[in-house]
Amino acid sequence: MKRKQVTVTNKAGLHARAASIFVSEAGQFESDIDVIYGDTRLNAKSIMGLMSGGIGQGTTITIEANGDDEDEAVDTLVELVESGFEEEE
Amino acid sequence: MLKKGINASPGIAIARAIVYVKQELTVVQQSIDDVQAELDRFNAAVAKSKDQLNTLKEKTASEMSEEEAAIFDAHSMFLEDPEFVGAITQAVENNKINAEAATKAVVDQFYAMFDAMDDPYFKGRAADIQDVGDRLMRNLMGIEIMDISHLDEDAVIVAEDLAPSDTATMDKVHVKGFATDIGSRTSHTAIMARSLEIPAILGLQDITKTAKTGEIIIVDGSTGEAIVDPTDEELAEYKEKQKAFEAYMAELAELKDQDAETTDGHKVKVVANIGSPKDVEGVVRNGGKGVGLYRSEFLYMNSDEMPTEDKQFAAYKTVIEQFKDGEGVIIRTLDIGGDKKLPYLPLEEEMNPFLGLRAIRLCLSKPDMFKTQLRAILRASAFGKTRVMFPMIGNVGEVRQAKAILKECMQELDAEGVDYDHDLEIGIMVEIPSAAITADIIADEVDFFSIGTNDLCQYTLAVDRMNQNVSYLYDPLHPAILRLVKNVITQSHNKPGKFTGMCGEMAGDPVAALILLGLGLDEFSMSASSIPQVKKIIRSVSFEQAKAVADKAMTMQTGAEIRQYVQDTLKELGIQTM
Repeated sequence: MKRKQVTVTNKAGLHARAASIFVSEAGQFESDIDVIYGDTRLNAKSIMGLMSGGIGQGTTITIEANGDDEDEAVDTLVELVESGFEEEE
Repeated sequence: MLKKGINASPGIAIARAIVYVKQELTVVQQSIDDVQAELDRFNAAVAKSKDQLNTLKEKTASEMSEEEAAIFDAHSMFLEDPEFVGAITQAVENNKINAEAATKAVVDQFYAMFDAMDDPYFKGRAADIQDVGDRLMRNLMGIEIMDISHLDEDAVIVAEDLAPSDTATMDKVHVKGFATDIGSRTSHTAIMARSLEIPAILGLQDITKTAKTGEIIIVDGSTGEAIVDPTDEELAEYKEKQKAFEAYMAELAELKDQDAETTDGHKVKVVANIGSPKDVEGVVRNGGKGVGLYRSEFLYMNSDEMPTEDKQFAAYKTVIEQFKDGEGVIIRTLDIGGDKKLPYLPLEEEMNPFLGLRAIRLCLSKPDMFKTQLRAILRASAFGKTRVMFPMIGNVGEVRQAKAILKECMQELDAEGVDYDHDLEIGIMVEIPSAAITADIIADEVDFFSIGTNDLCQYTLAVDRMNQNVSYLYDPLHPAILRLVKNVITQSHNKPGKFTGMCGEMAGDPVAALILLGLGLDEFSMSASSIPQVKKIIRSVSFEQAKAVADKAMTMQTGAEIRQYVQDTLKELGIQTM
C-alpha cells in the first residue's frame, strides 16, 4: 500500500472537468485507488463517488493505492492535483 | 384530413411528421430467478446507451461544437462508473429484483444526494444523472428514445407541447414546422417558432393522435390549417401557396434598409425582442436597427449557477456593440418567478406565483444579486447606446428603490474608475394595471415606458393565457387594454423627451400595429420575423389615416368589433397581411 497527501489548489476544486480528468487518470491503473479526506473514503475511479465528496479548493486529501502499480498511480495522481489540472484561470 | 388550430407563426411547411411524445416511464419492481440473465440484460442496455451517447457526441461535435458535445462524454462516464454500475449490479444480485427497478432505486438515491448539495454546480448534475438513468431504463424496457436533435430529413414536429429544453436541442436545420395539441399564440412554442421563422399551428387538441410519424403533413401557419396525409390536389395547392408566401417574404425583405416612416413623414422605431446574443443575427437579417427588449433572464436560465458580472457584461456588450450605430439596446433586468424558475435559486412555493415574488420584487429583495446585474449593464453601457428597464413595476416607490440601487452601483464604479454611460436612460415595463393607470406619476421618475402586453392583458382581464378554458377571453384589443395603452402613451408625451414603446406580442400584430401607430406609440418591439410586416404597414399609411383608425377603434365596444374594423381597413388600403 502506498499513500501520499496533497492539497487541492485549483479554483474549482475536484468539480466537473477536474473530477473527470482525475477519474480517467485513475482508471489507467490496475490498483484500487481511494481518495481520503477527514473520515470520508471515496473511490478514485468513480466520477459520482468523487463528485459526491464535494472537494473544494484548499482541501487536503490523501491518495491511497493498493496493487501492482500503486507507486506510479499515487505519484501520477498527486502530480496531477499539484499541477492544478492545468486550469487556465 | 384537415384540422384547424391557432395560427401561431406564419408560413407553410410540407414535410413528414415526427410525432414527438414523451412516454412516461413507469418502473414496476419484479422478483427474478435468473440473476445472470438479468445482469446480461443490464450490461446490454449499458452498452446500447453508450453507443447512443457516442453517436450523439460525434454528431454534436461535428455539427455544433466540441463544447456542446462534452455533456455526452459526462453521461458516458456515469455509465462507466464503478459506484453507479456497481450499486445497480449489487441490487440485482442481492435483492433479486429486475434491472429496471434496481436502476431506478440507484438513480433516485444519487439524484437525491446531488440535489441536496448546496453547490449549484453539483446540484445541476442531478439532472444529468436523471437523464442517464432515464436513457438506461428506456433501453432496458425497449422504449425508443425520441431524439429530435439530429434528423436525416426535413420534418414537422408534432407534439403535445414543446418545452424550452426540446426546442433548444432540436435540429434547427431540418425542423420545418410545429403542430401541437395545446398552446396559444404567446406560449413558448409560438414564440420559438416565430424567432426561428418556421410555421406553427398550436392548440390542435389531438394532432398527436391524428398524425403518425412518417406521414406527410401540411402546416399552414398563416391560417392555422393542418392537413394530415394530404391528397395530390391538396399537395399541389399548398406548394403554390408556399411559393406565394416566399414571394411575399422576398418583397418584405426589400424593406430591410428602409425607415419605418408613414407616407406623411411620421417616423417610429421598429426594433426587436431578443433572448441572447445568438438572436442578433435574425434581427439584423430582418432589418431591425435595435433591441427594444433584451430578456436577460435567459442568461440566468441557461446557466447552472448565478451568472457572474463578467459573464453578463460580455453578453450585454456583444449585443450593444452590434447596434451602437442604430437604435441601441433596452436591457430588461432579471424577470424571474411566475412561470420562470432558476434551478440554483430556490424560491418558496406560492399560491399565486403570478401575483407573488417575481421580477423587480424579487430583485429588490436580493440587492446583491441585483447589483451584480446592474453593474454588468452599466459597464456594458460604455460600448453603445444602452437603456435599462425594470419589469413588473406596480408603484412609483419601486422605481425609486431600483434607481437608488442603480445609483449605488454607479458610485461603486466611479470609485473603481470604471467607465459607463453617466446618462443611462431608465425605464419600466408597464405590465401591471396600476402602473398604466398612474403613468403620470411614474413618468416623473423615468425616461421611457415599455408596455408588456402579455402580462398587462393577463392582469387587466384576469385571464390565464395558458388556460385552454379561458384563453378565449385573452384579447389585446379589449377596449380596457387600448384605454390603458393610450393613457401610458399620452402621459409620457406630456413630459418632454419621454417616450413609450411596446415589447409585448401585440406590437407585432398587424391589426394592433395600425391602431398603436395611430395612438402615437414611439417604438414597436417584436420578434425579429414580424419586423418586415409591421414596417410595411407603417410605410403604407399616413399618420393622419392611422390616427383616424385609432380614434374610431377607441369608440367601439368589443375587441372582435375592433379587429374586424381594422382588418377591413387594411384591405381597403390594399395592405396585404400574411
